[in-house]
Amino acid sequence: MSNQNVTRSDDKPASAGNEPALLPPVDVVEDATGITVYADLPGVPKDRLNVRVEGETLLLDAELALAVPQGMEASHAEVQRTRYRRAFTLSRELDPDKVAAELSNGVLRVRIPKAEHAQPRRIAVQVA
Amino acid sequence: MYRSLFPGDLFAEVDRLQRELQQSFDTVSPSIRGFARGYPALNVGSTPASVEIYAFAPGVDPARIDVKLDRGVLTIEGEREASVRGNDEKATVHMNERFDGRFRRVVSLPEDIDPAAVNASYRDGVLHVSVQRRASAQPRRIEVQ
Repeated sequence: MSNQNVTRSDDKPASAGNEPALLPPVDVVEDATGITVYADLPGVPKDRLNVRVEGETLLLDAELALAVPQGMEASHAEVQRTRYRRAFTLSRELDPDKVAAELSNGVLRVRIPKAEHAQPRRIAVQVA
Repeated sequence: MYRSLFPGDLFAEVDRLQRELQQSFDTVSPSIRGFARGYPALNVGSTPASVEIYAFAPGVDPARIDVKLDRGVLTIEGEREASVRGNDEKATVHMNERFDGRFRRVVSLPEDIDPAAVNASYRDGVLHVSVQRRASAQPRRIEVQ
């Protein structure tokens, strides 16, 4: 399990990097304190993974690196691209500065906590 | 003239288009075991000395993947647990695209492989099975006396 730095910039998502990429399957679960994103990124080592928040967009960008023997010829390929890419638009109550990511066995887990003011609060009912 | 009962069934139409597209991309005929574009995705390659199988199986405990080679047929099976649990009442699932449950995929290997020389490793969510070809099947240079 390894923690990943999440970079943040306020620029608009760059239009560069439009080479065709695989769309990794994801699970997105929301609980009271935040949102967790799980993404399947098999074959991606930690140093080829890039998780970043650009403006209001969460971007996952990763590159596949397989150790392939020299002179191998592919005879059947279901994974034909070497890049994964997926983007999500965050909503306002999420705190983009506290995004945390970890990669383990080819599964990326990104935790986006809700900003403190957006966390649920129990409102006491005053009895007159 | 016959008119569909549901003329506005856009989803069915999109579905049909998707299948047609899929078939036009698959230039080779499907295997008898179907397209099976499931989990894990498989890439197979070969070198003069070995056959290399890559199974893209992220999020699986390597100890629980069962790799078997029986009469030239390689079987990869196992189970992946769901990350999204239904029993947490306070959690809301917004997207659930990742596979969970039991999986099984089968590859038939060429005839010249050596069933005793199989090596399997799991790294970054990819299971790599390397099967050596028999030494007797390898091209050999013959010295001219």
